[in-house]
Amino acid sequence: MSPSGAPIVVIGGGVTGLSAAWWLARAGHRVLVLEKGVVGFEASGRNGGGASHYHSPLFHEEQRLWPQMDELLGYPTEWRQERVIFALTPEHLAYYRYMASVGRELGYGAEDIDARQVRELVPLAGDTVLGGVHLHYGGHANPQRTVQAYAWALQDLGGEIRQHTAVRRLISRDGRIVAVETSAGEIGLDHLVVAAGPHSERLLATAGLFLPLGMARAEMIVTEPAPLMPVGGADGHGLYGRQTLRGNLAFGGGPHEWLDMDADGPVARPTSPLTRNLARRVAELLPKAAHLRVIRSWAGIIENTPDGRPVIDRPADPGNLTVATMSSVGFGLSPASGRAISQLVLDGQCDFADLGRLKLDRFAGLAADWREQRGWTPAPAEVAA
Amino acid sequence: MTVRDPIALDGRIPAPKDHAQVLVVGAGPAGTAAAIEAAKLGAQVVLVDENPLSPGLMGLDAPLWFGGRMTTAVQQPARMLEQMIAGNPAIAEAFEAGVDVRLGVTCWGLYAPGPGLAALPGRMVGLSDDQRSWMCGFDHLILATGQRDVAVAFPGWDQPGVMGAFALHSLLNRYEAFAGRRLVILGSGDLALKTGLMALERGLELVALVERLDSVQGDPALAAQLIQAGLAIHLNQTDFAVQGGLDGVERLTLRDGTQLACDTVCMALGGAPAIELLDAAGGATRSSPVGRVPVLDGLKSSLSRVLMAGDCTGLTVDAEESGRAAARLAVLGEVPVTAAPSETPLLAYQSAWLEPVREDVILCQCETVTLGELLDVRAPAYIGPPTERSKARSLATLLQDGPPNQDQIKRLTRACMGVCQARRCREQVSLVMARAAGLGPTEGPHAGHRAPVRPLPLSLLADWEEGAVMARDWDVWFGIEGAWTPHHWIGTDRVGTQPPSHPPVEDDQ
Repeated sequence: MSPSGAPIVVIGGGVTGLSAAWWLARAGHRVLVLEKGVVGFEASGRNGGGASHYHSPLFHEEQRLWPQMDELLGYPTEWRQERVIFALTPEHLAYYRYMASVGRELGYGAEDIDARQVRELVPLAGDTVLGGVHLHYGGHANPQRTVQAYAWALQDLGGEIRQHTAVRRLISRDGRIVAVETSAGEIGLDHLVVAAGPHSERLLATAGLFLPLGMARAEMIVTEPAPLMPVGGADGHGLYGRQTLRGNLAFGGGPHEWLDMDADGPVARPTSPLTRNLARRVAELLPKAAHLRVIRSWAGIIENTPDGRPVIDRPADPGNLTVATMSSVGFGLSPASGRAISQLVLDGQCDFADLGRLKLDRFAGLAADWREQRGWTPAPAEVAA
Repeated sequence: MTVRDPIALDGRIPAPKDHAQVLVVGAGPAGTAAAIEAAKLGAQVVLVDENPLSPGLMGLDAPLWFGGRMTTAVQQPARMLEQMIAGNPAIAEAFEAGVDVRLGVTCWGLYAPGPGLAALPGRMVGLSDDQRSWMCGFDHLILATGQRDVAVAFPGWDQPGVMGAFALHSLLNRYEAFAGRRLVILGSGDLALKTGLMALERGLELVALVERLDSVQGDPALAAQLIQAGLAIHLNQTDFAVQGGLDGVERLTLRDGTQLACDTVCMALGGAPAIELLDAAGGATRSSPVGRVPVLDGLKSSLSRVLMAGDCTGLTVDAEESGRAAARLAVLGEVPVTAAPSETPLLAYQSAWLEPVREDVILCQCETVTLGELLDVRAPAYIGPPTERSKARSLATLLQDGPPNQDQIKRLTRACMGVCQARRCREQVSLVMARAAGLGPTEGPHAGHRAPVRPLPLSLLADWEEGAVMARDWDVWFGIEGAWTPHHWIGTDRVGTQPPSHPPVEDDQ
C-alpha cells in the first residue's frame, strides 16, 4: 500500500459511499473516500428524501435505523417518521392500498384512510381526494443535510474525504485491486468499495468487471414555503416528494430521460419543460397550495441496473472489492446499505439482510446492446434535430 | 424500428404551437433595436417584456429590488401599460415595424436540445402572462435582459424603502409609480451620480449620497453637478445604519451620529448582468470584474442560436448598436464587431461595502440568515438548537475540504434558497465566501440559476392543456417491471399479482 492510500478506499462521496465509510469508521477502520466533486452533490443530494422502501431486503434495517440517525451521526438529518399517500384516481388508490398492505404484511402499522382523514393530515389536499393510506413507518429526511451529516460524522471518526479527486481506473495486480489511479496520482489500498453511482460501470470495467447501468435524468420542482401540515411526508397522484421542515413543497415524478455517458460521466443538463407537467400535478395533488410560487427546479442523474434492483456484492474475484449501486433508490436506504456494505468489507457477508438477489453475477451473459434492446438510450438524433 | 422505453420522456414534449423566427426578450434599448432591425430585415419577430409587472412579483423584488416603494398605481395594469408605452417610444416603433410586441409577458425558462436533453423537439422558451404559461419555439433568440440590482447588507437593509437603483429608474421612468419622497443614495460611482441627478430632475428631495470608500468613485463632472446643487457626498462611511418604523425607512445614521431623515435608501453600487435564462439553460458563464457574465463569441452565447445584446452581455457596448448587430447576426448571419468586456471592478467595490458588516446583520432576507450564521454554517432555527458537533463546524472547517462551494452553503444554511431566488443575496454570499477563503472578489463561487427564473404560482406554471401523450404511462418513478416487487415475494406465485404502478390512461387523440 502506497503512503497516500488507506486500508479501505471508497470511490464515491454520495450517500451510499459515505454511509459505508461511516459504518466502517464506526467499526474502527481507517477509511478514505474519493469524490470527484463535492460530497453529495449529485443524486444523493437531489431527491425526494423518502425512506419507505417496502420492496427492499434492507427495509427492516431502514426502518430500524432512521429514527436513530440524528443521534448516531451527531448532526441533524431532518428525519420525520410516517407518511400519507393519497390518490385522485381509483387506480392509484388501489396501488397505494396495496403498498400499505405489504407494509402490514411485514409487521408495520398502516391504515387505509378516507378522503376526510387525508385532508385532516394533509390540509393542502382538496375535494378531489378519493382516499389514501397512512403509514406509521417510513418517513422522510433532508437529503442535502443528511449527506453532509454522513461526511462530517465520518470525519469526526477519523475518516478522510478527498473532494475534487476523480478516479480514472482501478489498478489490479495478481488478481487483486491494489490501487486506484486518480486525478491526484495513484492511491494504494487493501480493500476497495466502488459506490460511484453512474460512474461505477466505467470504473469497474477497468478491472474487467461488468456492472450494466443505464443513466437517466429525473426532475423535481420546489415551491416557496407553506404553513407546516400535520404530516409533511405526503405524496401520491403519481408524484413523490414531501413538505420540507421549512415548509417548501418539493415534488418529482413522471418521465425520465435516458442519457449517454461520455468520458467524464453522463452529460448532465438542467431541467426540461416537464417542470410544467410537474407543476400541474402538484397543483392537482394539493389544490389549496396552487397559489404557491415555484422557485426552482432541479434534476439529478440516476443509474439503474437492468432489473432496477441494487447490486451490493463482494465478488469472489477479485477478493478485495465491494460493489454497490442502489439502482435509483439510494437515499432512504442509505443507513442500511452502508451498514450492509461495511459488513461485506469486514466479514464477507451481511448478518441482517439477505443480499443473495443483489449479486453482480446475475447480469453475466447480458447482451452488450442491452440498453438499446430496452430503449434505455437518448432520443434518436432525428427527433433532437 | 428502434426500441424506446415507453415510460421515458422521448416524444412527450410537443413542439410549441407558438413560434418566432426571431424571439427577443427585453424591450429596453437593445431589445427594441434588435426587434425593429430584425423585422426590417423581413424576419417574423416576437418581442416579449415582462413589464408591466404584476404587483405580486414587484412585492417579491423580482426582477428588480423595488423595496416596497411602489404607489398603488401598480395595481392598475392598464395604466401601467399606458405609462410604459408612453415612456418608451421604441415600443411603438416596433409595433409599426411589424414586430409582434407582447408586454406583460415573462420569459421564465430557456430550453435547448442537445446532449443530455435530446427529448426536446426543438429550441424553446417558457412564457407566461398573468393568466397562463406556454412554450414558444424559436429559430433565433436574442436575450436583451439588461441588468438587475445588486445589494449589500448593512444594518437596516431589510427595511421597506431600501431599494435598488435599477428599480428606482423603473418606478420613476417606466411607471411613474415611485412612492418615496426623500432619498439617500448609497454609492458614488456613475450609477449613483446619474441616479442622483435623475432624482433632482424629477423633483425628489435628494438628501445626500453616502460612500463607503474615501473618494468619489464616478465621473468628477457628474459629482460636481450634484455638489453644485448643494448635495453632500459623505465619504468614508464604514459604519452607518438605517432606522425605520411601520412604513419602513425613516433615517440613515452616519458614522459620526449625523441623522439623515429620509423615506428611501437607494443602493446604487452597480448592477449584475441579467444572465438567469442563459445560466439556467446550461449556457456558459464566467466570473468577471463586473460580476457573472455570459461567455460570448461576439454576441453569440455558448448555446446555439442564442445571442445576447445590451447590458446583459457585460460588454462595454452601445445597447442599440449591439441590438441591431444581434439582429443582423440572427437574420443574415453577419458577424458583428466584437466589443471589449467591461473591466469596471464592481465586485471589488461591492466587497468593500461588505467589509464592515457585523456578524448579526442578515445576509439572506428570505431565509433570515445572518453573516455570523453563514460563517458558522449554522443550520436554520426551525431545526432547533445546534448539536455540540454542529457547533464545531464552520465555513472555515468546510474550506479545509476544498474550495468554497455555494451548494454546500445553500444546503446547510439555506442562504440563497428563498422566494426572491437569491436576487438579494447571491453576490454578497459569494463575496463573503470568497473573502473567508482568502480569495479575490471575482474568485467566489457562483450560485447557479434555475428555471423558472421568476417565482411563478403552481397554477400558472402548470400545463393545463397537456396532451394524453404526457399522461400516458406517467409513473412515479422508472416503472421498471419487477423492480418494486416485495423482496419476500420473489420466487413465490405472488409475483405479478400487484396492481400496476402507472395505471393505463386512455388515449384521447
